[in-house]
Amino acid sequence: MSKSNSAETRQREDERAQGSAHGAAGDRLSTAPREERPDTGAGVPAMSVIGWVRWFWRQLTSMRVALILLFLLSLGAIPGSLIPQNSVDDMKVQAFKDQHTTLTPVYEKLQLFDVYSSVWFSAIYILLFVSLIGCIVPRTGQFVGQLRSRPPGAPKRLTRLPAYTTWRTEAEPEEVREAALAVLRKRRFRTHEVDDAVAAEKGYLREAGNLVFHIALIVMLVAFASGQLFKFEGGKLVVEGDGFSNTLTQYDDYKPGTLYDSDSLAPFSFVLDDFVGTYEKSGPQRGTPRTFEARVTYSEGADGAERKGVIKVNEPLVVDGTKVYLIAHGYAPVVTVRDGEGKVVSRSAVPLLPIDNNITSSGAIKVMDGYKDKKGVKTQLGFKAFFVPTFAGHGKGQMFSQFPGLDFPVLALSAYQGSLGVDSGLAQNVYQLDTSKMKEFKDEDGELLKKMLMPGEKLDLSDGAGSITFEGVEEWASFQISQQPGTGWALGGAIAAIAGLAGSLFIQRRRVWVRAVRGADGVTVVEMAGLGRSESAKLPEELGDLLAALVTTAPVATDATNEAGSRPVHPAEAPAEGAEK
Amino acid sequence: MNLAAATNESLAHTSNVLIYSSMAVYTLAFFAHIAEWVLGSRSKVGRTAAALSGAGAASAAAPVVKARSGGTAVLERPEVITRAAAGTRDVPDGPGAAGGTFKGDLWGRIAISLTVVAFLVEAGGVATRALSVQRAPWANMYEFSITFSTVAVGSYLVLLSLKKNVRWIGLPLVTTVLLDLGIAVTTLYTDSDQLVPALHSYWLWIHVSTAIICGAVFYLGAVGTVLYLFRDSYENKLASGGTPGRFASSVMERLPSASSLDKFAYRINAAVFPLWTFTIIAGAIWAGDAWGRYWGWDPKEVWSFITWVAYAAYLHARATAGWKGRKAAYLALAAFACWLFNYYGVNIFVSGLHSYAGV
Ligand code: HEM
Repeated sequence: MSKSNSAETRQREDERAQGSAHGAAGDRLSTAPREERPDTGAGVPAMSVIGWVRWFWRQLTSMRVALILLFLLSLGAIPGSLIPQNSVDDMKVQAFKDQHTTLTPVYEKLQLFDVYSSVWFSAIYILLFVSLIGCIVPRTGQFVGQLRSRPPGAPKRLTRLPAYTTWRTEAEPEEVREAALAVLRKRRFRTHEVDDAVAAEKGYLREAGNLVFHIALIVMLVAFASGQLFKFEGGKLVVEGDGFSNTLTQYDDYKPGTLYDSDSLAPFSFVLDDFVGTYEKSGPQRGTPRTFEARVTYSEGADGAERKGVIKVNEPLVVDGTKVYLIAHGYAPVVTVRDGEGKVVSRSAVPLLPIDNNITSSGAIKVMDGYKDKKGVKTQLGFKAFFVPTFAGHGKGQMFSQFPGLDFPVLALSAYQGSLGVDSGLAQNVYQLDTSKMKEFKDEDGELLKKMLMPGEKLDLSDGAGSITFEGVEEWASFQISQQPGTGWALGGAIAAIAGLAGSLFIQRRRVWVRAVRGADGVTVVEMAGLGRSESAKLPEELGDLLAALVTTAPVATDATNEAGSRPVHPAEAPAEGAEK
Repeated sequence: MNLAAATNESLAHTSNVLIYSSMAVYTLAFFAHIAEWVLGSRSKVGRTAAALSGAGAASAAAPVVKARSGGTAVLERPEVITRAAAGTRDVPDGPGAAGGTFKGDLWGRIAISLTVVAFLVEAGGVATRALSVQRAPWANMYEFSITFSTVAVGSYLVLLSLKKNVRWIGLPLVTTVLLDLGIAVTTLYTDSDQLVPALHSYWLWIHVSTAIICGAVFYLGAVGTVLYLFRDSYENKLASGGTPGRFASSVMERLPSASSLDKFAYRINAAVFPLWTFTIIAGAIWAGDAWGRYWGWDPKEVWSFITWVAYAAYLHARATAGWKGRKAAYLALAAFACWLFNYYGVNIFVSGLHSYAGV
């Protein structure tokens, strides 16, 4: 009972001695910060401001606080994965807010819809990174100091170290030490001789790796943050045959970083020649997309040479550091609108928005100007459009697409005239028709005029007001165009982090001492011991190898030499640490 | 239906047959392991108890000395003596499930042989599945699960063949593999199929394969951690003079010592952590190509990050006085729980960009 207690006390004391039970021998074997024990004086700083600041800084840069901050960081990241986030999908956030009217104000107050940019989440990681810097700087200094100094001399009692061996030899002590120096140096240990022993150390790369890893984390954070500040991201929908050139006015929408300078848009342009989408034709997965490809012709710079390119879902086009991603696609029925005299008023491909996986699409066709009614009065036309690439057939339920490919395209239209409300100054959704200032065209029964069209068919507007013809179908693709500076740094940081981590976790830092002294009987006694950062099975093995190399120069003395002294000092006879008390 | 499709279908069928067969063989291995543990319980080992209570303590704390009778050969080599670092309990490892009995050992060997057979059959199942779809066999949770358990068993067999002391994992591993496969073939099953365009990328090979390897190996670490916690309480109880129940004693004393289990778990987790870091970075690169941003706090990304930070916290805890041992072990288990949630929970409960065909 008392035995185990004393063992426990000893254990605690050992841990206090900087994680190493071997006093000076294990000193500076790592640069981990010294632990502030919660129950010791560290908690009662002097009442001066400087005292407090110092205390705070010491706490912040301790391993314990780093640990707690890491823990908080992972805890803090959780709500963002369960509650919809503005940065990920603001539509979902809106839906959530509509559903939970009582929770919403609370969540908003706690910034739970913007967890990753919230004050509290930022506070956690900023503290963590301050702690990290506060930890790295002194550790780097310490490490440089260690590289300059030499491994500490041999502890008095080598028997206490985790790996130990001893033997007697006829060789002179100086000879043995010379040989030990040679053997250890050959194995790339840093060595030097102190008094009657050789001290050696190896595995500094562990510490170096650890520091590189932690520094790389900072590099990654900075790269990521600056990427956010200086990035540019915009979207553009392009119908087959149309083009895009990279200037701000051409974008449908864009989200620049706070510090983005619009002059730095890379000058390039491209034309969407063809979009190809193929889908599984049969089986249970019928309709599952198989390939999406946007074939483009692009030119770099203001008037660079034209080149062909293919943009796929996983393969953005990279022009001049800007990436063009294929984000979505859909259909754009081509329609021709004629006035009462048969004159073509407009002819265009109108992109419609997909509303399901089979690309049932809806949208609006708007004729802004150029149309005059029978009386010659200028007015505007609007059509609600509903499109299916593959129609189920007449009388087969609702008009929803059966397949995403263009097998049996049908366009359903209903017609309006009046004011589209485009000039009202309000931003207008191009895919929706605002019919508040429009009048329905009526059919013979006085109902809203509507018709389902197959390619080539046309809808005649009532009273000879003109017609709209469904000519055919083009496809459209939408692209995200982004410029994200700092990715090179982030990637470099990531690679350095992995390399550093591997060094830090796979390399053992260890020390070896070889002591050779002349025994009382004139025969040399050699002792060799090793100490690692943590216990490792490799350390005894390595010691065995060193031993094998050493006994060639310092062979074990034969029993015949001296009956009494030839038996190696039996280490069990040296009092073991645990048995002392 | 064309010819290629027909062969694919028959390959997919073969794959299913192989997976079911491997389950049958794993079941046999499970019973063989049970036999090993039952027969082994008849041995009177009692070493741990002796080492930790009263009389045995002093000798246990002394270094383990492998004495060799001194000959007169000139090149004779002295032995290297090892001693546990101060602060760790110096207890010898248990003798293993077989408890040193011949019969138990025989059944243990049979269990391992059966596990090898089951592993080969299962690996065949995964390979034929891959051939049937002509792509990497990890595009949905069914494929993910069968690959996952194959890799876990494979890693165990590799450790065994490297002569590491890991036979104690056998029973818990085979049990959970059966569970994993059971869930896979019943609730997660998805017919073999090609990929949606978003998954068409060589990053699928890189990112997902390393994710599976990490999970499988982290799993072995987690088994070690759980057993460490049990064994540690057992040793604590003995050390403070208590007497654990007979069943607990019988099982616990045959396991490796708490410090060996702890070390095993640490080495496993530490070895995989850089690979997990790589997995996340590879995922970010892929996301950069597929979705136009490297990191967008998608639920799967969030949970990978949480898992990563949790393992980092565990590694820090191991290096922090007052946190090593049991507290660090709890952190390691929490980290693995995060990994599991990322694998099952996120796919099932949270919707995000990482959705697969099927579940
Ligand atoms: C930004 C978050 C951090 C992460 C993700 C992180 C990650 C890691 C990892 C994975 C290791 C294991 C490598 C090893 O065991 O050698 C490690 C070790 C270490 N970390 Fe951190 N760390 C972070 C912050 C910090 C901070 C703030 C400190 C200082 C207070 C710190 C100090 C250390 C030290 C001293 C070690 C070495 C432990 C040893 O020698 O075994 N780390 N870190």
